[in-house]
Amino acid sequence: MFSWIVFSDKNVGHTAVDTTHAVVDTVTQVGAEHGGKENLFTQLLHHIYDGPELELPFLGHVHLPHFELLGINMSITKHVVFLWFAAIILVVALSIVARKNLKNKVPRGFGNLVEVFVMFVRDEIVIPNMGKRGLKYLPYLLTNFFFILVMNLLGLFPYGASATANVSVTAGLAIIAFLMIQISAIRAQGFGHYLAHLTGGVHWALWPIMIPIEVLGLFTKPFALCIRLFANMTGGHIVILALIGLIFVFQTIAVALISVAFALGIYMLELFVAFLQAYIFTMLTSLFMGLGMQTESHGSEHGHGH
Amino acid sequence: MLDINPGLIIWTIITFALLVVVLGKFAWKPLLQALQSREQEIADSLKKAEEAKKDAERMMQENKIAMEQASTETARLIAEGRAMAEQLKNDIVAKANESAKKMLDQAKDEISREKDSAMAQLRSEVAELSISVAEKILDESLDNAKQKKMVDNVLQQLQKN
Repeated sequence: MFSWIVFSDKNVGHTAVDTTHAVVDTVTQVGAEHGGKENLFTQLLHHIYDGPELELPFLGHVHLPHFELLGINMSITKHVVFLWFAAIILVVALSIVARKNLKNKVPRGFGNLVEVFVMFVRDEIVIPNMGKRGLKYLPYLLTNFFFILVMNLLGLFPYGASATANVSVTAGLAIIAFLMIQISAIRAQGFGHYLAHLTGGVHWALWPIMIPIEVLGLFTKPFALCIRLFANMTGGHIVILALIGLIFVFQTIAVALISVAFALGIYMLELFVAFLQAYIFTMLTSLFMGLGMQTESHGSEHGHGH
Repeated sequence: MLDINPGLIIWTIITFALLVVVLGKFAWKPLLQALQSREQEIADSLKKAEEAKKDAERMMQENKIAMEQASTETARLIAEGRAMAEQLKNDIVAKANESAKKMLDQAKDEISREKDSAMAQLRSEVAELSISVAEKILDESLDNAKQKKMVDNVLQQLQKN
């Protein structure tokens, strides 16, 4: 099933991947006749997996450099490229918009749209969850929202890929969220209070039980963030691929009518989910930061959500 | 699928950290600044509009009061004028009446005086005329006493008539 692992295996070279592709392609053609559905789905699913090559229009498959740093595989993979692509889009578009908005008193078009989102993050996410003092974390949360949003949306373009459909990318985002939650809590209450918070305010005899639970609680929140984003972004893609795959499974064009219609519906749902997940990730990060920043909070609202 | 790729995690963190720094400098700062200055401006404008409205209301109130004052003043002036005119008219009429009366009285006096003097003159004239007539008639035959008696008789007859 997981033949994609071959791609991430650094020992597999250029030619080997090509051969695999050729094999998979032929298998797909004749696969259904021989009951090779596993290969069909493997072939389709490889669109959402990370890999050492980019698929570009007209240029075909482009291989990306592989290198290691301090024994860690730091290869530039497809998702790294889309990570950077999203970052470049954001830097270029937003710096132009920012300069224009500063000049125009009344922003129009795209500038207005960006401003709507910025205002939404500020007035509907940061201020309700963290209050006025949360505004100093606004650049982080805005970047979080826009970066996730653009990465999600890039997966909806032909030849595109959602970097957020990769658990490592969402893990990276969650690690940053984890650090931000701890930093904001320590800065708001001081390190002593922060540590005291971990005891849950119970009798010292219960500390051996309480402290591990509280520490675990610190990690579950970003872990949930990581899995939620990853699963949501992956799920939509898989459903579309499964629907399209039905055409090949049934070997008839008639299925395409239903498959394509449903896939279109799911696609629109994904468009919505792209925005929704960017909002949820940012909103929950802001909420957790806000909970940690409450200085005189011991006891009652100690449930920690998850 | 749930395979963790540490390299990708590191790339994500590096990219994100750089993105926060770059966007923070080139996007969020000017964007939020523009937003804030605009919000400030809107708030100021609203405040100014509110103040202007209050001013206008106050001025309208003032105008209303001034107009009321003016109208009462006008009414008062008109009434005063009317009263004055009435007074003046009465005065003039009274004065005219008075002078007319005076003139009438004067005329009456004059008339009576003239009449009296005319009467006296007439009397003396008549007396003289009668005397001269009588003298002529009697051709100085009668004495003065007889003459006087005759004149008196004539006068008495004249008065009776």
